[in-house]
Amino acid sequence: MRGANQAKWVVAAVAVALAATACGSNGGSSSGSSNGGGAVNAQGTFSYQSTEPQNPLQPANAMEVGGGRIIKTLFKGLVDYDPSNGQLRNQVADKIETTDAQNYTVTLKSGWTFHDGTPVTAKSFVDAWNWSANVKNNQINSDWFSDIQGYTDVHPDEGDPKATTMSGLKVVDDTHFTIALDGPVSYFEYKLGYTAFSPLPEVFFTDPAKYGQSPVGNGPYKFVSWEHNKAVTVAAYDKYAGVDKPKNAGIVFKNYAQAEGAYKDLVSDNLDVLDQVDPSDLASYKSDLGDRAVDQAQGAIQSISFSLYADDWKPENLAKVRQGLSMAIDRDTITKTVLNGSRQPANSWVAPGAMGYKDDTCGEYCTFNPEKAKQLITEGGGVPGNKITVLYNADGGHKEWVDAVCNSIRQATGVECVGDAKPDFKTSRDLIKNKKVDGLMRTGWVQDYPLNANYLRDVFGTGAAANDAGYSSPAFDQLAAEADKATSVEKTAELYQQAEAQLAKDMPAIPLWYYKTTAGYSKNVQNVKYDSFGDPVFTQVEVKQK
Amino acid sequence: MPDMIEKSAPAGEDAIPAQRGGAVAEAKAEKPRSLGLDAWHDLRKRPVFIISAVLIVVLVLFAIAPGLFTSVDPRAGDLSKHYLSKPNYLHLFQADWFGYDGQGRSIYARMIYGARASMVVGICVTAGVTIVGGLLGMAAGYYGGWVDTIISRFTDMAFGIPLLLGALVILNAFQVRTVWSVVFALVVLGWTQMTRVMRGSVITVKQSDYVTAAKALGAGTGRIMFKHILPNAIAPVIVVATIALGGYIAAEATLSFLGIGLQDPTISWGIDINSAQKVIRQAPFVLFFPAGMLSVTVLAFIMLGDAVRDALDPKLR
Amino acid sequence: MGRYVARRLLQMIPVFLGTVTIIFFMTRMLPGDPAAAMWGDKAADPAQLAAFKHARGLDLSKWQQYLHYMGDLFTGDFGLTMNNRKVIDVIGEALPVTIRLALLAFVFELVVGIGIGLFAGLRRGKAFDKSTLVLTLLLISIPVPVLGFVFQNVFAIQLGWVTPTVQSSTNLGQLILPAVVLGSISLAYVARLTRTSIAENLKADYMRTAVAKGLPRRKVIGTHLLRNSIIPVITFLGTDLGALMGGAIVTEGIFNVQGVGNSLYHAIGRSEGATVSGFVVVLVLVFLFASLLVDLLYAVLDPRIRYA
Repeated sequence: MRGANQAKWVVAAVAVALAATACGSNGGSSSGSSNGGGAVNAQGTFSYQSTEPQNPLQPANAMEVGGGRIIKTLFKGLVDYDPSNGQLRNQVADKIETTDAQNYTVTLKSGWTFHDGTPVTAKSFVDAWNWSANVKNNQINSDWFSDIQGYTDVHPDEGDPKATTMSGLKVVDDTHFTIALDGPVSYFEYKLGYTAFSPLPEVFFTDPAKYGQSPVGNGPYKFVSWEHNKAVTVAAYDKYAGVDKPKNAGIVFKNYAQAEGAYKDLVSDNLDVLDQVDPSDLASYKSDLGDRAVDQAQGAIQSISFSLYADDWKPENLAKVRQGLSMAIDRDTITKTVLNGSRQPANSWVAPGAMGYKDDTCGEYCTFNPEKAKQLITEGGGVPGNKITVLYNADGGHKEWVDAVCNSIRQATGVECVGDAKPDFKTSRDLIKNKKVDGLMRTGWVQDYPLNANYLRDVFGTGAAANDAGYSSPAFDQLAAEADKATSVEKTAELYQQAEAQLAKDMPAIPLWYYKTTAGYSKNVQNVKYDSFGDPVFTQVEVKQK
Repeated sequence: MPDMIEKSAPAGEDAIPAQRGGAVAEAKAEKPRSLGLDAWHDLRKRPVFIISAVLIVVLVLFAIAPGLFTSVDPRAGDLSKHYLSKPNYLHLFQADWFGYDGQGRSIYARMIYGARASMVVGICVTAGVTIVGGLLGMAAGYYGGWVDTIISRFTDMAFGIPLLLGALVILNAFQVRTVWSVVFALVVLGWTQMTRVMRGSVITVKQSDYVTAAKALGAGTGRIMFKHILPNAIAPVIVVATIALGGYIAAEATLSFLGIGLQDPTISWGIDINSAQKVIRQAPFVLFFPAGMLSVTVLAFIMLGDAVRDALDPKLR
Repeated sequence: MGRYVARRLLQMIPVFLGTVTIIFFMTRMLPGDPAAAMWGDKAADPAQLAAFKHARGLDLSKWQQYLHYMGDLFTGDFGLTMNNRKVIDVIGEALPVTIRLALLAFVFELVVGIGIGLFAGLRRGKAFDKSTLVLTLLLISIPVPVLGFVFQNVFAIQLGWVTPTVQSSTNLGQLILPAVVLGSISLAYVARLTRTSIAENLKADYMRTAVAKGLPRRKVIGTHLLRNSIIPVITFLGTDLGALMGGAIVTEGIFNVQGVGNSLYHAIGRSEGATVSGFVVVLVLVFLFASLLVDLLYAVLDPRIRYA
């Protein structure tokens, strides 16, 4: 998933991503209980800056942030991530057992109920997954089930599905079911934390479309109302059986067309919790909000990729030119000035916080050095045509930094550089996907799960869906293949670190900076913490006594 | 209201309708000296005209030869000067006269270099819209009947197209977008309003006694339209056009903002106004100068329009 | 008159069909694949994408889609949005909001604009006239977002009279601020058009006659001057009413008003053909009636203008 901030899609990607990461980089935040102390009103509700869900509220059908975050409060799967330390923790699952990373036995806790009072059973999961994976049901996230045996029966590449159930899923009894995968996936449990793997109640299957307008889940909050284009309201579910019981009575997901408006509402206490500070208020939000301002790391990275398939960049000996261009970018100054400190300069292809993150894998190639940059470009034979363009989408707020990067390259090396704006994300996406870019392009990645494999194999593996550069390195591919076969996550991460070293040699994409969560909250609430994906920990928010 | 009767009866057959207030036909157009020459003699004496003409000449000079006014590269950015360098108003004509923008580029240099694209867009779109809309509006208003029906209903149809949709579709059709594709798109999307304004104005003027008189005297259609109706009907068109000129310069910026307008390395006031909005809290002066130039341009044309209209309008003599 | 109105109403049918057709094909010409855009940043699963397109009829040819759309339209079915809601419901939510906002803005520019223009025209060349010019220049050169920003800061954050954004779109008091911002640009046009027209007609013979007859000044201005000067202003206001109803993307965005502008903006951004067409279908009707109304007003204001 490639992404960038501001545009709703990006944030969308954040929602897709699993909860917290195993990083401990939650530090640096001024949020937390330090500013607490007010009496708490357990019956109080608060509002949160959101956007209109783009799809019916079905757990496997939310990819963008508007629906994604709401789904996360309404549903709870087998596992999730502890927002305080990013560790995987069991929720509905009592235990998930495997010996070969391919066959899993799941045991459920008892006592979990859906918001309509019916119990959560093994069947609730298996039926939900079978339904969501079925190509005919048009769920955006249907390919999340592709590891499971029999997936191609319900989700063939072409034509109608041959079956309605996946052979890899078997209900043993009310509290047990088994999962068989096509092959070992050492980090499958990480994936299970994603909302697509949520259970569904019986009532769902009677009318999925109607259900999508008023969902019944098993999460900490139950659905109350959806006023289209205005707000979605949820209320705390008093029979919630999870470990993270809500400390407040409910949330209003308030729809904002522009982040500027949300920010002004927050400053005047008409909105309680912010998603992101808009660019025009970044320079002053810390002085506006004081200790209610939030600034912490996020699991996403911004980069610019080369169209290695285009005639200009096809020749194999251009790696030095690419490294030179990377060294011509003054990341420190750009993040401090143009981006107002809302990003952290990158020196690797994996954001800190992901398991397997290694500092400075890019080394000197990600350090600003105009002389060395010029020298490398000359040694590499020069930039084709002595001119580059950087493709980006105009609806994502990228113009400022693309201009700054181009300025930096132009002044450091004399290579002409211009931004090439396309009106919107889907237009630029079309060009990138169909490999029609002739030059450089803005790319980014928001992690699906907090593991370096996700940043590397899914972006740089030969033929990977998100391999926009068209990069293909036998050395990289081989290390990735070995890593995937490992039976422990630790070993997988380590082998991927070796694969990452290959990227510094080839420089198919220039890492620019890691994302940060820049947000804040109103005087009405306290104990507002954000996980490393930029999502507030909704259940922990405390509403102050008026 | 009395029952309506056919309005476009041939001149001479129709009784001259009683006019409210008892206005009498003015036959100034029958003077020996031509209206245009007359207007020009009049114009030269008006200070408003002289001031506006000087302003416009300076702006046009900016557009033609920006290098005369500054030697600074308007694209060269130095991030160490990012907003922090406030304008230095004593450094006349130097890079830091008006300070630096968010990319550390000289605002003064960008103000000078931005004139070309902005002036081209502003003037050409206004001219295009006025000519297209003016002619259509005049035809619709003067002839009435089925000509009016076709033009007016077509205008209604074009009016229904959301600007954003139209701009996206038109500008995406261009492989390479230049100033001229932006001009084209804005004219295509902008002529409707001018058509209606002109039509409305012509409908009123057409009923005047002097038009009836001219018809009775056997003046040709072209002569009536351009010598009698146009000078009397042009006032609202000039007002709308001069204000719209500023609107088009700003519209260009909106298109750029949406990624379908002018792009780097082109420089325009509109683009700078747009990016300055984001930093209005930190550095309002970044907005002030390009927006000020826009104001000055509009002011010059409003004054010019006022002067020309006064000179053309016999009633105001 | 009756026949004229009847003819104009009949003319609406081809105009309506023409516009719907144009819009339909324009939305299909928008760049980018709307179905693939559902996946956002992620690459769409090809099998799912194909199934999705099939379910929405997006795999049919444009002409087939067009015939289906027109067929549905005649039965009053505006189709579905990408997230499976009825387009007519979406319009039903957004349109009333925009109507309220547009009418407020319209009244503002009408009353204030004509008022300012009248006084400036009567005192042509005097201080008030010159300050009107300055006001016009300011309104034109200040971008709407900046005006919105200043208003939000002054009236909401400093003075605390209102909330920065509109909390309830049914509360007219909260809509005043966005309405003033929305009407401000047109205010410049209305004021200058009125001023010019007034100044021009002030010298007309009927004015001299009216004054000579010894009519009171108020009556001279009200019945004679204003009535004869207002036609260009009416023309402009007619076109502007349509534009206001079409929604204001920027103003609605700043004040978080969920009206036509926002809905259209998002629908265009996602290339949602059915939603865009649906809105335009309704808006075209508004434009057509506004245009008819203006033409009828011409005849009311100036009896020399007649329609058969």
